[in-house]
Amino acid sequence: MNEFIPAFEWHRVMVEPWTENLPTTFWIVLMGFLITAACGLIGNYLILRRMALVGDAISHSVLPGLAIAFLLTHSLNTLPMFLGALGAGIVTTVMIELIHKKTRVKQDSAIGITFSTLFAIGVILISFGQTDAVHLDAECVLYGEIAFVPLDLVKTELGPGALSVVEKIPLLNSALFLDGNMLTIAPPPVIRMAVVTGVTLLLILVFYKELLVTSFDSGLSSSLGINSTVVHYALMGMLSVIIVSAFEAVGAILVIAMLILPGATASLLAHRLPPMFGITVIHALLSAVGGIHLATWLNCSPAGAMVVAGSALFALAWMFSPSQGLLQRWLGRELDELDEEDIERLAKGV
Amino acid sequence: MNQQRQTLAKRGLGAVHALGWLAVVALLALVPESAWAAKIGDVAEETSLGQQAARFFSFRDPSVRYAVFGSVLLGISCGLLGCFIVVRKMALVGDTLSHAVLPGVALGFLFSGVSVSGLFDWSFDVDNITKNPALIFAGAVIAGVAGTLLVTTLKQTTKIKEDSALGLTLASFFAVGICLLTMIQDLPTGNKSGIDKFMFGQAAAIGEDDIRLMLGVTVLIVAVVFLFYKELLVTSFDAGFARSIALPSEWIHHGLMLLVAFAVVIALQAVGVVLVSAMLITPAAAAYLLTDRMHRMLLLAVGFGVASGVLGAFISFLKPNIPTGPCMVLGASAVFAMALFGGPRHGVMTRWWRHMSRSKRVQRENTLKAVYQVLENRSAQPEDSVSLKELAERRRETLDEVSGQASALKQHGLVTLHEEGNKILFTPSGWQLACTIVRNHRLWELYLTNAANIAPDHVHDDAEQIEHVLGDDVVRELERMLDDTTRDPHGRAIPGFADIHKPFAPAATGPSGYGRSS
Repeated sequence: MNEFIPAFEWHRVMVEPWTENLPTTFWIVLMGFLITAACGLIGNYLILRRMALVGDAISHSVLPGLAIAFLLTHSLNTLPMFLGALGAGIVTTVMIELIHKKTRVKQDSAIGITFSTLFAIGVILISFGQTDAVHLDAECVLYGEIAFVPLDLVKTELGPGALSVVEKIPLLNSALFLDGNMLTIAPPPVIRMAVVTGVTLLLILVFYKELLVTSFDSGLSSSLGINSTVVHYALMGMLSVIIVSAFEAVGAILVIAMLILPGATASLLAHRLPPMFGITVIHALLSAVGGIHLATWLNCSPAGAMVVAGSALFALAWMFSPSQGLLQRWLGRELDELDEEDIERLAKGV
Repeated sequence: MNQQRQTLAKRGLGAVHALGWLAVVALLALVPESAWAAKIGDVAEETSLGQQAARFFSFRDPSVRYAVFGSVLLGISCGLLGCFIVVRKMALVGDTLSHAVLPGVALGFLFSGVSVSGLFDWSFDVDNITKNPALIFAGAVIAGVAGTLLVTTLKQTTKIKEDSALGLTLASFFAVGICLLTMIQDLPTGNKSGIDKFMFGQAAAIGEDDIRLMLGVTVLIVAVVFLFYKELLVTSFDAGFARSIALPSEWIHHGLMLLVAFAVVIALQAVGVVLVSAMLITPAAAAYLLTDRMHRMLLLAVGFGVASGVLGAFISFLKPNIPTGPCMVLGASAVFAMALFGGPRHGVMTRWWRHMSRSKRVQRENTLKAVYQVLENRSAQPEDSVSLKELAERRRETLDEVSGQASALKQHGLVTLHEEGNKILFTPSGWQLACTIVRNHRLWELYLTNAANIAPDHVHDDAEQIEHVLGDDVVRELERMLDDTTRDPHGRAIPGFADIHKPFAPAATGPSGYGRSS
């Protein structure tokens, strides 16, 4: 069995990633964290709106959009990719609505048919164009190439003035960023993902009220004059953009885990939205770090390992959650939660 | 008790019939290991599509025969079970199940390297890793069942909703599978094992062992569906009734999920993990659009599944670097699209066409009615002509619109047009139809006023709607209920039998009206 599962060498698995291999590890972990955080933040709303499987559908069906954009431009430039993915996302949403509203086929079947058809088209397109495809191939579709992220770094040469400024900043003055007078900025996918995550966070903060109200109470939202259709489509658009920026790194299917796992873990541990967002971000960080160690130990796909680590965190939350945990059940101390809340409310005199 | 035994025996007979057909197909596929059995390399390069098709469908190559027979089997099993999945609204459960089998497939591969020489004396040798269909089947079924159980447990013990539970099970299991898969591929023998063919499917990789397993499982699925057809039907469509006759719905559900896991797993080699759920859902959903009867839906879904399976195998025979799964799925999607747009009853295009032809008919009938009313206002004879201008005034529309309507009437042989389309004359059938519509309208107004006590000035709009759909029997009923059917509430004459069947002599140069040309 040793040939298959390598021995757990403490130094190799836990120390080396942060010392000798730091440049590689850092970017992979940062990328994984950014992806999981952005997916988790928007995933919270998907879970609340019972749309987790729409996320599943869109993550499969951006593939033909990406493939077409790639075949037309022969590059992995950001803009055509985003446009392709947005187009695919819209086609998916419209197709699901068409099948589900115009025929008697139910929504679940409509989702299944739509994304499998689009995904099949995408795979066939990729197989046709595989001759010169550098990044976009079948393996990338399945589990991404996050391990290749640090291979391509954007660097910039600093003048003497700028160099002296940079050298004074303790974080930047390290082998990780500074090599002679060359400052490493970041690999392009990480920059893109950081922008996307930032924009996601910003949009959630700005439209917090609108998202909250439309997710919880459609009646109130229409009485407040919030157009829930616009919010829905904006959410879908944002979802497509996040998925496409994550696609190259983690593939089409693992991204579903990154959408749902953080939010599901948070929903086991918290009952209000702001703490849920906090737990989501912590979950993202822990699963990215845990994943890199798991991948180093077992020598497997880092993206897959990050999801496995995230699943383990979910399992822990499921086991030890104070309100819904399995342990709580087994110990037989399960109180009627509604009563508990009522008692609290009475005690506060609300 | 005796009767029960008899019905069970009858159902068993049905199953035997179905299995008999399956056996015939199996014989056709497996027996001719014969005269023109040739290896792929023996045949000279065949380039044209026709030749390649001929070669494919002559089943000369054993690998082609296995691929086609495997596709047929997976079409049958996925089609049958997919119907129940679709009508029970469990399509996404099927999707979760099919992704969740991946770690099982990987473990199945690994276990082929384990050799057991004693109870606690296991040894693992990477060099022995091979594709053992039985082990992969066992591993995958266990993983699939574990996945569905996890979803059920999550739903029961937490507040997590079904969709999130499905999504996170799907992705977590898949991630474990991906980790195992990448570890296997790093092994020295990993790349030769063919595990990568399980992702998107490769029908050409189906071997004789696979076929035996697939055949056995398909026979089991067909037999179970036949034997327990009634139970499956009742629990799928009427859960309340199923409870009231004390059917063990829970167990039937679990049994069905187990069968679905079987079907998914035997389809893996050809369709692949990622898309196998589509072979469950899409053919069945297409069948669902075409019929209202479960047994017809089952047959149609099996047909669609087999057709798209064989099509996918054929395409990937032509282009070996394209995986089979997506081709099969696209075939099934094409069938679904055809059913969606062209289905005889629920098709989108069909319904649109029906809607259009209905509104055109209503339009024609309204025009005819207007012509009738123009004549009536002039107290003219049915043989008299009506000018376009009069008609346009009557309908309050432009001359262009009215002349379009007049030519539509002419196309249907209801009127003839004269003087460059400016004069309209009824044909006998047009006159009859016009009389019928006017009669329907006025009878209905009379009925609403007399029998339903609605004020005469409120009845017109209602009658406008219903005049086009009143059947002969309703009209007769109205005549029976109303005493005097000569005048409507507004005092106009209701055309009667005598008017409708008036001897009619259309004069091509009839008395001219006062149209715009004269």
